[in-house]
Amino acid sequence: MSILIYAESADGKFKKTAFELASYAKKIAGEAGTTVTALTINAADSSALGNYGVDKVLTVQNDKLKSFNAKAYADVIKQAAQKEGAKIVLFSATTDSLYTAPLVAVALEAGYASNVVALPESLSPFRVKRNAFSNKAFNITEINTDIKVLALAKNSYGLVESASSPSTEDFAPSLNDNDFTVKVESTEKVTGKVTIADAEVVVSGGRGLKGPENWGMLEDLAQALGAATACSKPVSDLGWRPHSEHVGQTGKPVASNLYVAVGISGAIQHIAGINSSKVKVVINSDPDAPFFKVADYGVVGDAFEIVPKLTEKIKEFKANNS
Amino acid sequence: MKILVCISHVPDTTSKINFTNGDSEFDTNGVQFVINPNDEFGLTRAIWFKEQQGANVTVVNVGGTDAEATLRKALAIGADEAIRVNANPTDGYFVAKQLAEVVKNGSYDLVIAGKESLDYNGGMVPGMLAAMLGYDFVNSCIKLDVNGTDATAVREIDGGKETLSTKLPLVIGGQKGLVEEKDLKIPNMRGIMMARQKQLNVLEPVQATNATSAVKFEKPAPKSAVKLISPDNLDELVNLLHNEAKVI
Repeated sequence: MSILIYAESADGKFKKTAFELASYAKKIAGEAGTTVTALTINAADSSALGNYGVDKVLTVQNDKLKSFNAKAYADVIKQAAQKEGAKIVLFSATTDSLYTAPLVAVALEAGYASNVVALPESLSPFRVKRNAFSNKAFNITEINTDIKVLALAKNSYGLVESASSPSTEDFAPSLNDNDFTVKVESTEKVTGKVTIADAEVVVSGGRGLKGPENWGMLEDLAQALGAATACSKPVSDLGWRPHSEHVGQTGKPVASNLYVAVGISGAIQHIAGINSSKVKVVINSDPDAPFFKVADYGVVGDAFEIVPKLTEKIKEFKANNS
Repeated sequence: MKILVCISHVPDTTSKINFTNGDSEFDTNGVQFVINPNDEFGLTRAIWFKEQQGANVTVVNVGGTDAEATLRKALAIGADEAIRVNANPTDGYFVAKQLAEVVKNGSYDLVIAGKESLDYNGGMVPGMLAAMLGYDFVNSCIKLDVNGTDATAVREIDGGKETLSTKLPLVIGGQKGLVEEKDLKIPNMRGIMMARQKQLNVLEPVQATNATSAVKFEKPAPKSAVKLISPDNLDELVNLLHNEAKVI
């Protein structure tokens, strides 16, 4: 048996989540006495995977796979898993990997656990801890099948460096036309802005900001922190900000290192969506805002005074520490 | 067009989550159940197809008798008929197998399920169902149009969106955006009365293995109290974020 990870890349470059996944896989491999194989699809340079303990890299270079296609990617990953005799197949919690993983699970007749937040509690029976009930609880799931598919929640394990010199092997999976029946017509991507999915820091605003015209100061703070901007549900419902920025239980989940909430009272649904973030800073004029109950650091006061001041302090700090 | 909308019966978003029976089961005591929000967007879009383009809409749930109230609500919103597969939905693989059987027997052209349910958050049933049926699949779908057997779907990607073209039969993992929140339908009295006359068929499950089982639940550890920082001392906040929390 071995462990296969799908090391996702975008425009040829690995995402940080791929290295987190490699770190996680290496730890399990150590306990199970096996090796880690990373599958890459059209990645430019796989050497960085050697910093996180990968033993072998399977590289697929194929123009047909230039744009992501769930069915085709699932077919490739399935073939790689079979070729390697992988008993554990690991995915990151990116949009594309979460799209693909259930297809791979069916192809391999494997049980699948998503939102995994820790190392397996035991390998036999195979038990892992995962987020459930929108981060309001954890669930220990036992996978009963021979092959196991897992998706690791972002920032739940972290990066653990472990130098290795992986062997590299070109892999040419067989693809058929049936893999490509869903066609990409066009892609719209915001450029030059940190996305909520990739962000290590997220700055989020609520109704306390009083109107869309006041978002400039939040964007300044976000820029100083290298953060993505987000908003609460009422703000997106009011049309102050696009739906794509709505974070919370029914919006996007956030699992950043730092989450800064400005003028958000902290409804239970909002907290559920952002609770996987490591450190939470809350700025609110109402000392009784429920958000303070789950925050690590709080500032009670007028956001319109605090946010610009904080932005200046952060800029000073960055200037002195870079 | 025959549309099947998969409905999860989940605790309302404001529910307090507790467990019972040695932390092995979700405690339903005092919990209000609703149509899973991601499914509700799909249901409303299905009814839009029915009203604007002509379609027959069936809703399906894999669950116990308690889920019938949720299915009746979907009928009151405008679905034509309902199916309940009489089984405990404990594993995504098992649920997808049951749904695949329903799709095959009903020859549906379009299957819409929420991309994720609010309870187990597995995010796997729509994809597994598509894979079992060999149908095309679009996940995180925020817009869907159908013209004859051609479909155009927009999916959310990290930092943007992508437009895809495909053909029926098709499985959709839907979410907010399929319709806007303000366009979600609330059942009216006439709908509720009509729902009582509509068919709700109960089917027995087909044989399928549970690929996973939820053995135990845990609640997050209580959080230590917030550290309050004076608005006049933001240097301290920067210092704590750097030296204590180590996030900047």
